[in-house]
Amino acid sequence: MSHYLDISKISIDFPTPEGPFRALDELSLRIKKGEFVSLIGHSGCGKSTVLNILAGLLQATEGGVALDGKEVNEPGPDRAVVFQNHSLLPWLTAFENVQLAVRQVFRDSMSKAEMRDWIQQNLKLVHMEHAMHKRPDELSGGMKQRVGIARALAMRPKVLLMDEPFGALDALTRAHMQDSLMEIQRDLNNTVVMITHDVDEAVLLSDRIVMMTNGPAATIGEVLNIDLPRPRNRVTLAENSDYNHFRQQVLSFLYEKQRKVVEIPREPAVDEDDAAPARGKVAGLVDRLGRRA
Amino acid sequence: MISISQQTWLQPWIKLARGEQPAEQLRALTKTLLVPLAGVAVFLVLWAVAAGQINTSLGAFPGPVDVWQQGGALLEEHAAERREEDAFYERQRERNAQRQAVDPSYQPRIFPYTGSATFIDQILTSLMTVTAGFVLASLLAIPLGILIGLSRTLYRAFNPVIQLLKPVSPLAWLPLVTMVVSAVYVSQDPLVPKSFITSMVTVMLCCLWPTVINTAVGVASVDNDLNNVSRVLRLGWLTHVRTIVLPSAIPMMFAGLRTSLGIAWMVLIAAEMLAQSPGLGKFVWDQFQNGSSDSLSRIMVAVITIGAIGFLLDRLMLAVQSLVSWDKSADLR
Repeated sequence: MSHYLDISKISIDFPTPEGPFRALDELSLRIKKGEFVSLIGHSGCGKSTVLNILAGLLQATEGGVALDGKEVNEPGPDRAVVFQNHSLLPWLTAFENVQLAVRQVFRDSMSKAEMRDWIQQNLKLVHMEHAMHKRPDELSGGMKQRVGIARALAMRPKVLLMDEPFGALDALTRAHMQDSLMEIQRDLNNTVVMITHDVDEAVLLSDRIVMMTNGPAATIGEVLNIDLPRPRNRVTLAENSDYNHFRQQVLSFLYEKQRKVVEIPREPAVDEDDAAPARGKVAGLVDRLGRRA
Repeated sequence: MISISQQTWLQPWIKLARGEQPAEQLRALTKTLLVPLAGVAVFLVLWAVAAGQINTSLGAFPGPVDVWQQGGALLEEHAAERREEDAFYERQRERNAQRQAVDPSYQPRIFPYTGSATFIDQILTSLMTVTAGFVLASLLAIPLGILIGLSRTLYRAFNPVIQLLKPVSPLAWLPLVTMVVSAVYVSQDPLVPKSFITSMVTVMLCCLWPTVINTAVGVASVDNDLNNVSRVLRLGWLTHVRTIVLPSAIPMMFAGLRTSLGIAWMVLIAAEMLAQSPGLGKFVWDQFQNGSSDSLSRIMVAVITIGAIGFLLDRLMLAVQSLVSWDKSADLR
């Protein structure tokens, strides 16, 4: 039980015309059940790559990941992902988006009525029951992300992977979402791995903060235990000396020890923005076929 | 279909009828109605002036007035032909009734009417052929497009052939199609005439490609995040295609279908002309061979009809697209 999610010595190489590019180098991390871990680091340091390996969307070149005693080598609903830009299907309502996941995961174990209750229960958990029959284009950014979280939670995952879930939201909405997430976490006590850029967010939400060194060949720089008592309140914490000490430590890691001096010469396309290779592929197709619209 | 309120050109009329800001509505009317009408008027004047300058062996090139008159004449001919047909069947019925009155064992027979096809008949034949060819092409092109859009390998395998066949003119296909249809489609009692099959297959061969290519591009451009959602959920292949790929690809697919339908209509006229199969193309060719003083005007009527039908077919596809598209706010034009 102590090593629920075991990441052992994962490295990944991306092929480039100038030979393999090592984005991650021998990263090891053990996460307990019910633990909330944040990964923080500068852009391009390979945080998303770690998350994609945990999700099974990318394969580590060396090393491996085990979840609850089983090796991770393909994507699956036991490792639900909350993507940065919500990734809801725009042609389905909030309810139908969650339904797609629930049907897929519980089609053998739940009746139709049970599924409906379970979908509604999850939408209620993220305070979206009032808008469950609206489509994503009728929802605000924060609401879309709430539905994305409901979809992930509805899969009843062993671990919840969040890729900068609130990165695209304004500061006020982000604070609301963080409070909601803490509330949900208090009830469900999920195992969560979250990527973030935001120091306050990391300290507020996490049990542990994993700070990553800059790429290439990124790995873990320091790990910080955040043993602040829960429930945590952002307003009272602002005057808490421990809280400020933790913040200071993360800031010092990011801006003193790992200050980005030189730009990384060659950014692997797959790292931060997974859409980039898809766009390239399409552009290629369009080029070659000659678009006829 | 598109609801009335969506038709922007109708908006000012509706508001004017309701008495909302009359001055504003009149200005809108000027923009949406008067300007296009002025454009048409200028075109008609230029046409009339230019037509008077051109003398052919069949007389002066027809101006708008001649064409208008011939349009009326063609409609009148159609009506006359229908009256003739009704009268023909009526005469048969009377004769059969008389013979049965004399000899009760007589089995009445009805002979089919074999009058010549009118302009309207030719339009209907052409519409039927183009629909059959287009539907057949779509049934082949959409699944093929989905397959090659999903698989880079299949795409690489099919691409050279598609690129090679795409620019081929219908006139090059036609002799081959004619010979193949003659050889393969042999039947004592054919369900549809051979010429119909020939035109349909030619249309199909030419209008496949835009749909194939656009569907493939649409399918390949599915948002990568949505693909990842599908992978995390472990959606089966069919569910993946149905819930993620097809809805994403619909706008591109319809862009292809519209291009295909436009090509189908253009190809059909040429094919009918060359193959002497019934339809508007044959009408044009017959008028050309006929060489009467009305011929050029009648061909001009056909030209305008062909244009109008092509335009209507495109609008029809647009209406279908807005019906099946999930994004009702998209600006379709």
